[in-house]
Amino acid sequence: MKNPCQQAKAPILAVEGLAVDYRLRGSSLPTIRDVSFEIQAGEAVALVGESGSGKTTTAMAIAGLLPPNAAVSGGEVRYRGDRLPIDDDAAMRPHRWSEISVVFQGAMNALNPVHRIIKQIAEPCQLQLGMSRDEAIARARELLELVGISAERGRAYPHELSGGMRQRVMIAMALACSPSIVIGDEPTTALDVITQAQILKLLTALRSQLNLALILITHDLSVVAECCDRVMIMYAGRLVEDGSVADIFANPKHPYTKLLIESIPNPEHGKRMVRPIPGDPPTLQHRPSGCAFRSRCPSAMPVCATEVPNLKRWEQGRVACYLHPPMKHEEKALANA
Amino acid sequence: MPDAPDILRLENLQVHFPGRGGVLDHILGRPSAAVRAVDGVDLAVRRGEIVAIVGESGSGKSTLGRVITKLIQPTGGRLLFDGDDVTSMKGFSALRPYRHRVQMIFQDAYQALNPRHTVFDIVAEPLRSLRLVTDHTQLTQRVRQSHAAAGLNPPEEFFARFPHELSGGQRQRVVIAGALAVAPDLIVADEPVSMLDVSIRAQILQVLMDLRQQRNMALLFITHDLPVAWLIADRIAVMYLGRVVETGTADDITFRPRHPYTVALRNATPHVRGHSDREKLPALKGEIPSAARIPNGCRFHPRCPLAFARCREDAPPTIEVGPEHTTACWLMK
Repeated sequence: MKNPCQQAKAPILAVEGLAVDYRLRGSSLPTIRDVSFEIQAGEAVALVGESGSGKTTTAMAIAGLLPPNAAVSGGEVRYRGDRLPIDDDAAMRPHRWSEISVVFQGAMNALNPVHRIIKQIAEPCQLQLGMSRDEAIARARELLELVGISAERGRAYPHELSGGMRQRVMIAMALACSPSIVIGDEPTTALDVITQAQILKLLTALRSQLNLALILITHDLSVVAECCDRVMIMYAGRLVEDGSVADIFANPKHPYTKLLIESIPNPEHGKRMVRPIPGDPPTLQHRPSGCAFRSRCPSAMPVCATEVPNLKRWEQGRVACYLHPPMKHEEKALANA
Repeated sequence: MPDAPDILRLENLQVHFPGRGGVLDHILGRPSAAVRAVDGVDLAVRRGEIVAIVGESGSGKSTLGRVITKLIQPTGGRLLFDGDDVTSMKGFSALRPYRHRVQMIFQDAYQALNPRHTVFDIVAEPLRSLRLVTDHTQLTQRVRQSHAAAGLNPPEEFFARFPHELSGGQRQRVVIAGALAVAPDLIVADEPVSMLDVSIRAQILQVLMDLRQQRNMALLFITHDLPVAWLIADRIAVMYLGRVVETGTADDITFRPRHPYTVALRNATPHVRGHSDREKLPALKGEIPSAARIPNGCRFHPRCPLAFARCREDAPPTIEVGPEHTTACWLMK
C-alpha cells in the first residue's frame, strides 16, 4: 500500500504467531511456525512457496478449514480486530463465506457433479444470508454475470464446463455472500496460460470493483507479478521475506527469494542459463535446526545452524535472514565462531 | 546443428480416435465425429537437437509424443526414424530395436515408477527387457552410468531405495536414468518438469541440457510453458488443435512470433520483470475447441482477433517467413 492514509488504518486481517501441527502416527509434526502478517482492506497479497512450505496450511488455518489431523497449536487470527475461532468449526461457520471465503484449486473436485451450477452458487446465499430460493437464484444469476458467464449457462452441470469456466463458477461461489477477504488457493495452477491470464484479469477486476482483499496462494512467482501488491515468501513453514511486488523482484533480500527468482526462465532477461537451487526442500519429518534453508544456501554461516532467524523489519519489508541487516565486524566474527 | 541429418521426420502425421457419441446417437445409429487429436503434422528433429512442442491442453501435443514413441498407432501420414519408415511397425518384438533408440519421460514421475521395485531394478528394467546386457557386472555398470548422468550421485546410495523414499526431483531423475539406460538417440519428454517445484525444475532442465552436450542425444520436449521451451530448446513448434501453426528458432518464436496464436500465447505468459514492447493484440476469448469439432478453414479463426473472410473458408498453407521460421497463417501471404 503506497497511500500513507491507508497504512494508518486498522488491518482487516491480522495473523499473529500462527503455528499449526500435523499429527502423524502418534507424533506431532510442527508444520508452520510463527507466521505473522497483516492485510489491509482491498489489498492483494501473495503467499508464495514450494510444495510443503506450509502456504496452503496457513491459508486453511485462517479459514478454519484445517484437515482433522491438523491443529492450531499457537497464535491467533483477528478479523477487523476480533479474534476468529479458527479451531472451532461450528463457531467459524458464520464467518466463512460472508467474511472470508476460499477459491479452491481443483474446481472439478470442489463442485458437486450432480447439481446444476446455479443451484450450487445459490446454496450459500440461502444458508448464510437466509434468502428464499427465488432470491438466491436471482443472486446466483447476478454472480454468474459478474464472473463473465451468461446467466443461462447456470443450468449446466460442472462436467459440461471447461476448466476456466469451472474456476469462474468457484469464484462466483466465493463471492456469493459478499466477503471482504477471498483466499485463492492456487486458483490458476490447473489452467492453461491463456485461461490463466483471463482468470487473473477477472480477479483483478473484481478486486477493485468490490474492494476485496485477496490472499493468493501460489508456487508461481511470475503469476504474482501480474496481480498482487505484496508478496510473502514461505519456506519450510516460516515466512522468510515480505515486501512489495516491485521491491521483491527488483531487490530480493533473502537468498532463497533471490535464487527462486533466478530459477525462473525469463526470456526478457535475455540470459539463457538458469541457476538451479541445489538440493531439495526439507520434508516435514526432517526439518533442520536453525534456518531451514541453510543446507541449500550459498551464504550460510555457522550461526544459521544454531538459531532460527527472526522475521525482522528491514528497509521497506521484512526478512528473516542473518544477512539483513548486514552484521558489523565484531558480530560477524561471533557468527562465524 | 542445422546441417545435422534428421533423426525423426513426421510427414502429414495423423492420429484420429473413433468418436464416442452419446447413448442416443448410439441407439439411432448416428455416426459420431472422430476426435482428430493430431491432424496433419509435419515436423523434423535433427540428430542432437532439442525441439520443444508448445501448446495448450487439447492441442494434441501429448498425443504426438505418444505416437512418436509408438504407444499409439498413427492413422495416417508417415513417421520416419533415421530414414526408415516406422509408421506401421507394430508388436513388442518388432518394436524392440525402435524402443532401444527412442525413449519417453512422463510428467508424473510417481505414477511412472513401480512402487514395489527398487531404483536399481527400475533403471535396469529396459536393459533387461531389451536384452542389451549379457551379465550382471555389465548391467550394474550401465545402471551406475545412467544414475550419474541423471544426477543421482553417488549412484550406489540410490540402488536399494524405493520410489516413496525419494523426493519429487529425485523421482524424475530416476525416470530420466531409466530412459537413458538404453542410450537412446531420441528422448520424448512429456511435461517432465511441470509437476516439480520451481527450484527443482531448473535442476532437471539442467540435467536434460547436459545430456545433449555429452551424448548428442535429440530431445523432443513437450510443454505448455513458453519460457521453459525457450530456455531448453533450439527450435520451438507451436501446436494448436492438432496442427503445428508455427515453427522457428527458440528466439524467433519467443521474440518475433508471427502467428496470432503464438503472439497470444506469449502475451498471456506472466512475466517476472518489466514488459518489453509487446505487440498490442486483444486478449483471446474463449477456450480451445474440442478436437471432435474442428472449425473449418483456419482452425484458429473463431478465436483469432485478426481473422478475415479467407480464414473462415480455407486452411492456410505453411509459409516460410524466415530462415527456419514457418507459420500457417493467411496474414503472411
